[in-house]
Formats: sequence, structure tokens, C-alpha cells
Amino acid sequence: MSQAAAAYRVSHLDALEAESIFVMREVVAELERPVLLFSGGKDSIVMLRLAEKAFAPARVPFPVMHVDTGHNFPEVLAFRDARVAELGLQLVVASVPEAIESGLVRELTDGTRNRIQTPVLLAAIEKYRFDALFGGARRDEEKARAKERVFSFRDEFGQWDPKNQRPELWALYNGRHHPGESIRVFPLSNWTELDVWHYIARERLELPSIYFAHDREVVERDGMLYAVNEFFRTRPGETPFTARVRYRTVGDASQTAAVRSDADTVATVIEEVAATRITERGATRGDDRVSEAAMEDRKREGYF
Amino acid sequence: MTATLTEGRAAESRPMDLLRFATAGSVDDGKSTLIGRLLYDTKSLFTDQLEAVEAVSAARGDEYTNLALLTDGLRAEREQGITIDVAYRYFATPRRKFIIADTPGHIQYTRNMVTGASTADLALILVDARKGLVEQSRRHAFLCSLLRVPHIVLCVNKMDLVDYSQEVFERIADEFTSFAAKLEAPDLAVVPVSALLGDNIVSRSEKMPWYEGPSLLHHLEHLHIASDRNLVDVRFPVQYVIRPQSTTVTDFRGYAGQVASGVLKPGDEVMVLPSGFTTRIAAIETADGPVAEAFPPMSVTVRLADELDVSRGDMICRPNNAPSTAQDIEAMICWMDETAPLRTGGKYAIKHTTRSARAIVRGLQYRLDVNTLHRDEGATELGLNEIGRVRLRTTVPLLADGYRRNRSTGGFIVIDESTNRTVGAGMVLEAG
Repeated sequence: MSQAAAAYRVSHLDALEAESIFVMREVVAELERPVLLFSGGKDSIVMLRLAEKAFAPARVPFPVMHVDTGHNFPEVLAFRDARVAELGLQLVVASVPEAIESGLVRELTDGTRNRIQTPVLLAAIEKYRFDALFGGARRDEEKARAKERVFSFRDEFGQWDPKNQRPELWALYNGRHHPGESIRVFPLSNWTELDVWHYIARERLELPSIYFAHDREVVERDGMLYAVNEFFRTRPGETPFTARVRYRTVGDASQTAAVRSDADTVATVIEEVAATRITERGATRGDDRVSEAAMEDRKREGYF
Repeated sequence: MTATLTEGRAAESRPMDLLRFATAGSVDDGKSTLIGRLLYDTKSLFTDQLEAVEAVSAARGDEYTNLALLTDGLRAEREQGITIDVAYRYFATPRRKFIIADTPGHIQYTRNMVTGASTADLALILVDARKGLVEQSRRHAFLCSLLRVPHIVLCVNKMDLVDYSQEVFERIADEFTSFAAKLEAPDLAVVPVSALLGDNIVSRSEKMPWYEGPSLLHHLEHLHIASDRNLVDVRFPVQYVIRPQSTTVTDFRGYAGQVASGVLKPGDEVMVLPSGFTTRIAAIETADGPVAEAFPPMSVTVRLADELDVSRGDMICRPNNAPSTAQDIEAMICWMDETAPLRTGGKYAIKHTTRSARAIVRGLQYRLDVNTLHRDEGATELGLNEIGRVRLRTTVPLLADGYRRNRSTGGFIVIDESTNRTVGAGMVLEAG
């Protein structure tokens, strides 16, 4: 190996960071009204950090939006608000409870709100005329996402057409669209769950406490551990018990399950993630268990 | 003593780097089995994914667990048993993170393969040892050379079905090597494997003692890719101008972008195109503080010593090493639109580096048969998946290098102005 080549080494995290920053700058340069979807979850925390880096020393030049199902972990909501305040950002909350109130969507009989958040998201896009939405989705999460573009075109109904995607070559992203259409942008497309955790460690990013091991009252359903809280309806025969758990993903509090864990630091979480044999969505998401193509179907309707 | 200690530590904490590779082929070649094997043996395949695939395979009555279902995630793909798009897969070893762009191999998916190859450091081409090179293998090799993928690995698969025969392997390897020589493929390795049984995938197989090369994974892990980057020609396409509107940061004007090639240092004399003004680099900023040099693929913010009119789409280079500034472009174009062909006189939008332009097709010199490499000079249009040499005239000059020398500043995409769809991929042959 030549001396020069050795000196110009780039680690995988540096390469991923550089790519994500490039993507975010490209959006701000080419699109009119971007917004970053920020839930207080780890992926959106990393994404927001990348946005901070991409435009420094200027402020992040777009608002953030939270699609709020109303089923929240209080720790996560508090974290969201603190981080937004710290960066001086505008926060748009697209509220599912308000949409139920106003009649935009109807509460499902099972009480889950994953599916009804899509019309709420689309209504907010229309109201604020957002034409680019940064999402923290990663291609390693799910097989429909493995085929999604970094710049993912959505028609005026917010729909994804997987068979009709724009070819994406080199680093030349095509964000052109007509009024009413929009682009979902996924800067973390090429990151894995482990990359995200290594980056959290490297950047010393703060996370909501539920990502780390704690004692929680749960019930076991379909092999998953659901927290007993005001949003989760226990069924007859389900007995709550206390377990040492942490969350691998943070979504709707009635749909997201915890995993048994003793990992209470970033370092021990990294060890755990590196050793696990189950995907994060497979381990924790009730909403993906509907069918083989549950994610694709939701995405076609305009889901993230 | 101190030096030795430092070296020791550096070697120990050597960070992982990143290698992107494209695979092409069909289920018949065992491509999905090979990818499944790589994922499985590097513990990147998860139990729930495998169980889901096993369940679907069993329900469909497949005789074996169809690992193609791991990557064929779309409903239409599962229903029709085909791969219709590029799927991205990830795995890592302690040395390297890998991104696989898995593309279908049939001719009607040439655009997918071109897409996957455009960002690849390496292309993995599979052949079935029983069949040897087929038309598809040659086409894949040609597309890799057209897209200037720096490394090619030919996996001669299903060696178990030819009794691990050295003779069979060498005949295929020789044939491919002489074919690849004509394509000027930069770096070529040939590995005999059985993806199904794991021979020569992660570790050397005992069944082929005559093979002296590394296993596939060892090759992927140790391949030297750092010097594939062009560290000679300074090219910094300005992506975005950062000018904080703030009371704490005043007088900051920085040019944000990703280094396309070359090495930039504070103090370097640079030229800004298209204006041609020269100045010096005052500083190279990142959110983590200023850096002493910037090189690909770093995203940085460059500050210049003089106040110049610089905006998105401009290019920072060196006064004695600049790209060409031209409106007449000769390029190879791969057409990707199924709704309308490329024709002489057609007008399109172009995106090249961070610069957008409009272009008119002045002429189609020839259409290339991707299987025979025959040039059809009588061709009048390029249809879906067809490749040809095209002359373009652009509304504004492109600041371009030949694609052979620089993949970042030699590639462009063609966009239909009415539908906004990406309809073509272009590679600049010569500018000016």
C-alpha cells in the first residue's frame, strides 16, 4: 500500500456521514420546503445531528415535524422538546388525536393508530406545503425498504410506486417534481442499526432513557414484551410482570415492544446489537407482523 | 519505543472501511444463494428473516429454502418470482462494512445493473461451472467496464457439480480473462466456489487444493481500494453556500460540498469555474472544526481568501489542472425510459455534479449491441436498456472530465422535462 493511500483512509462511519451530509445539502439546495421527521427515536436523533453538521455554523435551515399518534412514551416526548429547544428549531406536530377529533380519520376498533397516521401526515404535508421530507428509515430495516431510493418520489396522494421508481445513479439525485408531489429523502439509507449505535457512541449523542435497560411492567404477547401503560389494552389471561428491558425501536407506545436486556450503556448496547440474531423491527414491531408485505402496503399509502 | 507503541495501537484500532459491490445474475446462477451465504456466514442474516423465508418457501411448495425471497421484498416480485429492482443489502466483518447492490441479470434489467454498477467499487459476476461463460456473463463484464467499476470478481459457482474440477475452472477462467482483457477491466480475480456448500466463500475449501487464491470473503475484505480514488485532480463541485444569518457568527461565507477528487489544503491556489478567477483556500471547515486537508469522499465547507461570486454548480479546481468547460459533449448514454426513446433533436434536462442544464441531442453516432459489442451506425434512436454514443449540446457549459478518468465529474443523468423522470445515464467521452 502506498503511503498516500494509507494517509487518506476514510472509516466507514466517516464515509456514511459524508454521504448523509451530501444528501441533506442537496435537498436544501434543490427543494423549496424541506422538513425533517423527528420522533425522538434514535434514527431521527442521528439524522438531526447530521443536519446540524451539514449546515454548521449556520442553523439547521428547516423545521422538524412529529407525527404524534398520541400514544407516546413520556421520556421520548420530553427528549423531543428539549432537543428542539436546544437547536432553536420550529416543531410542527401532526396530531392523530386532533385528526380523530376533527373527523379527518376514524379510530380503529383495535385502538392501533399506526395505519391512521398516514392521512394525518399527508394532511400536514399539504397544509405546510412541504415538498421534501427527511425520514430516518434505513434499508436494512425491512425488505420493502431495501428497494427504496434515497430520493423517493411520491405522487400528489403521497403514494410510493415501487415498480416505477427513478433510477438512482452515482450521487446524482433527482428531486424534480410537480406542485403537490413530494420527495421523501432517506439520508440514513445505507446505515445499519449497528452503524447508528457506533455513531451515537462516537458523537456522544444523548438518547431517551428507554433505549437503555430498566425495570418495567410488561405482558408477553406473540413472544414480544409490551409495556403496560394507558395505551395498551391487556387481554384476558395476560398477567403483567416486571422485567429488565430496553427498547430497540421507539414507535407508537401501544405497538412497540421492549426486549429483555441488561445493556444500560451505549457500549453494552453495541455489544448486544452486534450479537443479536433478530432484526430490530422483527423483535419489536407489532405493526410489521400483519403480513409479508405489511410495510410495502403502508408505504404505498404514503407511510414514511 | 514510543514509535513502536503508536504503530501497534494504530494497527489495533484500525477503523473499518467501506466497500460497495454490485452483483448481477439470476437465481439460476446461484446468486441469491451466494448472497445468502455471505450474509449468513458473517452473521448478518437474522433468525426471523430466515424463518420468514422458510415459511414462505414451504407455503409455495419450493423444494428448497429460496433465499431469493430475502431480497425480493416487493409483493409483485414474490408473486411473479422475479427480481425487478436493485435491492441493497448490508454486512460487515471486523475489517470492512459491505454494501451490496443486488441487481437482476437479464437484459431487460440492464438499467438496474448500470444503476448498481455506478457506485460500485467492485462487481461480482457469477457463472455456473457446468455452463461456463454465457452471453449474460459477457454483457455483465462489458457493463462493468463501461461504468468503470475498478475491480471485478468472477465466481465460478457450482464447482461441486463438476467434481471440483481444476480443468473446468481453468478453462472458464482463461476464457473470461482473455475476454476481459479486451474490455480493459482494471483488476480481475477468479474464484471457484460452491455457494450452496460454502466452498471458498468464507474460508479456503479443502476440496480444491489446486486453487491457491483466497476465499471470496478474504478477497473482498483485503482488496486494496483506497487508491481507486482519484487523489490527483482537484475537483470540488460547490453544492451549497453557507452564510449564517446570525449575530454570533458574522462574515462567514463557506462553500459546502463533497470532494469529488484530489486533495485540498488550506493555502492551495485554486481556480473557480466557470468564472476562471483564482484565489487561495483560506480554510477547510467541518462541524468538528477545521481540517488540514480534504479528500474524497469528505463533505466539507471551503472558505476562500477572496470574495468571489461563487454559487452552486461552480467547480473549485487548480489553475493548472481543470476540467473542460464545454457545451458540446460526446457521451455514452444508457437509456432507461420505457415510454419514449432517445432521438436526435430530443431536449432533456441534465444533472451533472451539482450543475443542472438543458441539452439537445445533436446526433446518435451508433448504438452498441451489449452482447456482441457490434456498433450499429444506422440506428436512429435508443430504446429502453440500449446504449449508444451520443452528441449533446448543452445550454450552459458542463465542467466535466472524461468518465474514464473521473467517475464523479464524468457521469450525468438525463431527465425528462415533462415527467421529471430519470431517463438516461451518461458518461462523458471527451468534452470540448
